[in-house]
Amino acid sequence: MTDVDTPPATTPAAIDAVPLRHPWRWVAAVVIVVLLALFLYGAATNDAYRWHVFAEYMFNERVLKVGLVNTLQLTVYSMVLAIALGVLLAVMRLSPNPVFKSVAWVYLWIFRGTPVYVQLVFWGLIPTIYANIQLGVPFGPSFFHLNLQALSIPFVLAILGLALNEAAYMAEIIRAGISSVPEGQLEASTALGMSWGLAMRRTVLPQAMRVIIPPTGNEVISMLKTTSLVTGVPFALDLYGITSREIAARIFEPVPLLMVAATWYLIVTSILMVGQYYLERYYSRGASRKLTTKQLEALAKAQTENPGGMSA
Amino acid sequence: MTPMVKAQEVCKSFGALHVLKGITLEVGKGEVLCMVGPSGSGKSTFLRCINHLEQVNAGRLYVDGDLIGYREAGSKLHEISPRDAAKQRRDIGMVFQHFNLFPHRTALENLIEAPVHVKRVKKADAVARAKDLLEQVGLSDKATAYPAQLSGGQQQRVAIARALAMNPKLMLFDEPTSALDPELVGEVLEVMKKLAAEGMTMVVVTHEMGFAREVANQLVFMDGGVVVESGPPREVLANPKHERTKAFLSKVL
Repeated sequence: MTDVDTPPATTPAAIDAVPLRHPWRWVAAVVIVVLLALFLYGAATNDAYRWHVFAEYMFNERVLKVGLVNTLQLTVYSMVLAIALGVLLAVMRLSPNPVFKSVAWVYLWIFRGTPVYVQLVFWGLIPTIYANIQLGVPFGPSFFHLNLQALSIPFVLAILGLALNEAAYMAEIIRAGISSVPEGQLEASTALGMSWGLAMRRTVLPQAMRVIIPPTGNEVISMLKTTSLVTGVPFALDLYGITSREIAARIFEPVPLLMVAATWYLIVTSILMVGQYYLERYYSRGASRKLTTKQLEALAKAQTENPGGMSA
Repeated sequence: MTPMVKAQEVCKSFGALHVLKGITLEVGKGEVLCMVGPSGSGKSTFLRCINHLEQVNAGRLYVDGDLIGYREAGSKLHEISPRDAAKQRRDIGMVFQHFNLFPHRTALENLIEAPVHVKRVKKADAVARAKDLLEQVGLSDKATAYPAQLSGGQQQRVAIARALAMNPKLMLFDEPTSALDPELVGEVLEVMKKLAAEGMTMVVVTHEMGFAREVANQLVFMDGGVVVESGPPREVLANPKHERTKAFLSKVL
């Protein structure tokens, strides 16, 4: 009988095999490159694209300082509001309190059940529906009075409209994330004396983040593009409004200005994708038993210092 | 002396399903009670009633003299608020079959989580205590490891240390070795034996008869939601009086 614990006297040579060839991958790649080259050549020589107009307006001050800035602000503000409200709604839907549960359900039913464009137009009409806001005792004295029609608030209404609609979707994403955390986690936290809220905040939500982040990244990117619908409020100073409705209408060049808008949307989206990658990596801590580079280095070092001995 | 756990006719049902049909038992301070029995007999449910993870339907359950889950006012029982229930659980440690460690926190972070956020212990003090406990369970070198990087036995030892970090007066173990590879069972039982020797009051649901014989002061055999037989473990294991106990023990011993 051989002793299984004894390593072989000489380590066998590392395997040097001929790698598997993939000829069809090369064929497909060549075909695609040729097609792409033909398309690019066609686009470059087609006068309808008006590339000189595109170049002229790509870094136009009004496009950048008004259009792009407003689009980014709309995206960030409405997304932050939507996430905050979404967490609240998701927690309400999962809470043991039946009042919270039904309120959250009705909210989702209304805001997910109607188109965002319709909602934006509706928010734009709020000042005509509710001309005045009063705070006070019903049929009694009023402490606070606000005349909505006297204010110019399409920007605020646009954010509100986008955020309230998005919150319904975020609530579902967050709820799915929370549900993905095993029940034992809440149980272990409860057994340690944590309240339901503390267990949610410290144990469940951080673990739910791993499931929540990827679709939320998609929602941010989607929100960036949905901001082009604020024209329904109407708010016309976003990227799409400035390029396609203001400048294009003035100089009668719709195609190159659409390309300007599309290019900027694409650039911002690409930056967001990089951010999403790092966020996902941060929240996947502890999710895999794969060791980090640092831990692997430490183990390899221990192995060379202590040959033959296994690290526990 | 008030017993640490005192159960009087404890009943628990889930809808029409009666899981506990009147459990009466006592666990003195510093004692170890082992509960054995076939699955579905209600052992785990009883354990979960002790720290109010399940609400008792009938009977009374006291831990260190405090009624669990209810407040007695006059002749009426009132449900206690979640806040008060959480307060009662702080002094009762629980160890689960599937460990339930927080996977997004390192071993050390798992240990300081509840002391810092529930008891408001200063972080430095909690860390010092956590390092102490990790050493006691033989895992000082694993403080920065995430649960997924630990073996089952190591995870369960961290889980025991996590429960101990709250300085409980009572420890509940719900089949702590049932999810472990056979070769890892020993290291967890070793930690539990040490704990019992130090005078911790423990209620242990287990299938480890050797552990029960060696460590327990009292062995309870449950079947069908009732206590069939109880007594000193050597007696019950050697001379079971009841047919059902005999049948069960002949299969597991």
